[in-house]
Amino acid sequence: MTLTAVLVLAAGTYAFRLAGPLLRDRVELSARVELLMSTSATVLLFALVATASLTKGQGFAGLALPIGVLVAGVAAWRKAPFVVVVVLAAVTTAGLRFVGVS
Amino acid sequence: MRSTWRTLDAGLLRDVAAVAAGAAVSGASFGAISTGAGLPWWLPVVMSVLVFAGGSQFMAVGVVAAGGSPAAAVLAGLLLNVRHLPFGLAVGDVLGKGLLPRLVGSHLLIDETTAFALAQSDPRKAKAAYWSCGVALFISWNVAVVAGALIGRTIGDPAAFGLDAAFPAALLALLLPALKDRATRHAALLGAAVALATTPFLPAGVPVLFALGGLLVTARQEVER
Repeated sequence: MTLTAVLVLAAGTYAFRLAGPLLRDRVELSARVELLMSTSATVLLFALVATASLTKGQGFAGLALPIGVLVAGVAAWRKAPFVVVVVLAAVTTAGLRFVGVS
Repeated sequence: MRSTWRTLDAGLLRDVAAVAAGAAVSGASFGAISTGAGLPWWLPVVMSVLVFAGGSQFMAVGVVAAGGSPAAAVLAGLLLNVRHLPFGLAVGDVLGKGLLPRLVGSHLLIDETTAFALAQSDPRKAKAAYWSCGVALFISWNVAVVAGALIGRTIGDPAAFGLDAAFPAALLALLLPALKDRATRHAALLGAAVALATTPFLPAGVPVLFALGGLLVTARQEVER
């Protein structure tokens, strides 16, 4: 890793980030498009949840990770406080790994 | 801006603190892994301040550590960050008006700030959630990276603490209200299925973008608000 590589990655990432807010400003978005944009963000984030829970690299992540996320998901669905949800995910996954479930 | 901070309530701050704590441990491990891979201590620090996107940072360092070229590392990192463009289109208006809030706020556009903003129904609360989450994560992430880079490999693997589960769990909890909407839920489930099915065959970052194909199920949906 070189400083140049870091700067290129930083500039490119910032360009992606700035493009959205600036584009929004240029064009008047219809209610239809507004809704489509927020649905897109939800779809992307949910896909991120799925891949981060179930995959590691290009393979299966093992059982401990998805079970931890699932337990947290059920807790969130049953209206558990956010902090409890996050801690429950980490504790469940760490506990499963501790007892040998990968 | 001042009114934004006044909108903050204790519950929101507690939620933000939980995510920031998780980011701190990940940041410390990023610093430790980077110096462990032979980078000088300041390079992961500069990277964290300027790139501020954990996934792409881990990936870039990982590519180089595995013997890849810096160009390949940059390409992989950028591919992972393309999703920030649709994020900005979705929540771009919560950054605030004026050039400065937009220039600074754009740098804080990450998975967590997007999810926090989307989870609020009131625009003022969305703005408060976006900025408090962004500032808190920027500070906790970067301070932790410095600590990790200096202390080194003693921190070990964040997986042992189950922290790799905390990130998707937090996102999921924030997304649940939006998933109550039928059309959104169907699009998200189809999108996740596409992302999972394509993960073994595509470079990291691309499967998540392919998830946008899930939007096809909402194509005939009428606007309801």
